Amino acid sequence: MEILVCVRRVPDTSENEIEVNAAGNDIERNELVYSVNEADNYAVEEALQIRDRVGGNVTVVTVGGEDDEEVLRRELAMGANQAVLVSDEDFNGSDGRGIATILKDFVKKGRYDLILTGVQADDGAAQVGGMLAAMLDYPFASLVNSITVDGGKLKVGREIEGGNREINEIDLPCVLSIQTGINEPRYVGMRGIRQVASVPIPTLGVSNLGVEKDSVGEAAAKVRRVDYFVPALSKGADMLHGSREENAHTVFELVAARGGLK
Amino acid sequence: MARIFSYIVHRGGTVDDSAAELTAVARKIDPTVPPTAIVTGWGAGLDAVCSSLLSSYGEVWKVANEALSYPNAELVRQALVSILPANSILLVPHDHFGIDLSPGLSIKVNSAFVPDVLGIDGIEGDSLRLVRQEFGGQVSAHVRCDISSGAVINVRPGAFKPEQVTPISSVVFDKSSAVGTLTARRRYLETIVAEAGDVDITKHSVLVSIGRGMQEKDNVGLAEELAEALGAAVSCSRPVVDAKWMEKSRQVGSSGKTVKPKVYLACGISGAFQHLAGIKGSPFIIAINKNSKAPIFQVADVGIVDDVLEFLPELTNKVREMRGVAAK
Repeated sequence: MEILVCVRRVPDTSENEIEVNAAGNDIERNELVYSVNEADNYAVEEALQIRDRVGGNVTVVTVGGEDDEEVLRRELAMGANQAVLVSDEDFNGSDGRGIATILKDFVKKGRYDLILTGVQADDGAAQVGGMLAAMLDYPFASLVNSITVDGGKLKVGREIEGGNREINEIDLPCVLSIQTGINEPRYVGMRGIRQVASVPIPTLGVSNLGVEKDSVGEAAAKVRRVDYFVPALSKGADMLHGSREENAHTVFELVAARGGLK
Repeated sequence: MARIFSYIVHRGGTVDDSAAELTAVARKIDPTVPPTAIVTGWGAGLDAVCSSLLSSYGEVWKVANEALSYPNAELVRQALVSILPANSILLVPHDHFGIDLSPGLSIKVNSAFVPDVLGIDGIEGDSLRLVRQEFGGQVSAHVRCDISSGAVINVRPGAFKPEQVTPISSVVFDKSSAVGTLTARRRYLETIVAEAGDVDITKHSVLVSIGRGMQEKDNVGLAEELAEALGAAVSCSRPVVDAKWMEKSRQVGSSGKTVKPKVYLACGISGAFQHLAGIKGSPFIIAINKNSKAPIFQVADVGIVDDVLEFLPELTNKVREMRGVAAK
């Protein structure tokens, strides 16, 4: 099976305190820790496991810039067969639809049976996979937390409310957005990354892919971020500023006062 | 002004809470014209669903089709493409169905798409201003959406309060004949109900709930010791289940359990909205997190900026000490 996984490099929200910059037009990017988007990493692991069961190749692609090569190299170290960086000045400022358009043109240059994305990235949008599927006219399933290959079809589980799972049969080729927790992504150490340091990562742009310039970039974006801000909050928590021991005492008394001791 | 529609989620003949929330969103966009409800489905409950919307929606459009017995997003999309007028605004709850449906629908109807909207900030001509969150809720963003060719807007469940509106009396329009034969390349097979776990976290009055801040599986014991000292149970947020530190049955949130404790100790939990959606009944929330920007501090009653791995053992000792004293 030929599998494509679309990944993205994002600031790691579990490692960073995100703050709005002085101009309000971006977050403070100095000293941010970046990593591959968590759900995308699960998608790569799932692709590798499927390939190892049924054969084929895993290609990893990202739309971005030079800095994003590091996540592609990480996924190569995990075991992806090849990685491609899609990058062009004309892509800057694209909205979700613009990114999906670029990926659609990339997909059309190859032949993939299965395309995976992470369910959502740092913007929480959960949009590119579904848009890409509609542009390609492929079937789509979101929030996928299990995949079984069954001939020319897949059986996929989707995460729905209350911990329940919805099981669907889906024809290939298709696009799936992968939910975190579907598998246990393998560990990648510095050694593994060094071993793929010399693997070439081709860069493709507008001319290679035949992207219509007026369908991507800032000018084509129907949805644009105006600014970032920190909302005026309702009261928020009463913060305890005592020593650790004092705070523990206060918490004990609060729990006891609320009838919490058994 | 574009015409506004709401996609109505319903189960077993009952309308989901999101329907009233979407009415509130529609009124924020255009207070002058009541929105139109779109109800798709099949079977006995469908007319009851339509009737219950007549006092709050300007019109109710019904699509009855056997293929829509189960809300398969691919089939619902085909139905919506057939009936939605050009340049409409469609509101959809940003839940597992809306995430499945809306991005692709926006492509098929050539409209803008805005996901997971928390606020409506006004409209100027063809430009609709909305509020979203990014980076796990740590910052908010104003977003401008060009609605000249319509828009599909996914609305965060629970973000808008239903408004009291003067009841109106509208009419159901049956649009079923406008929808042709529906066929899907993704077919619904069955729903697998979540397994019950060893501990029922929905029955406990105090929960020691742990998140990513616990850092590794070996540290879960710190929370278990505290829970034992308190007579509480340990629950968790999604990353803990993803990392296989705890069973899915311990997860609080929209994709896990809904709990109603008296006291909720959020330990190393950032407070993503999907997690908060699983906490009902206004418990007293005490949050411990080393990130002072964590969204959990916006909803907690009491907050402590500290490393849970250091704080939990301190608290466990304190509880043992105090209870030991009290027992004498």
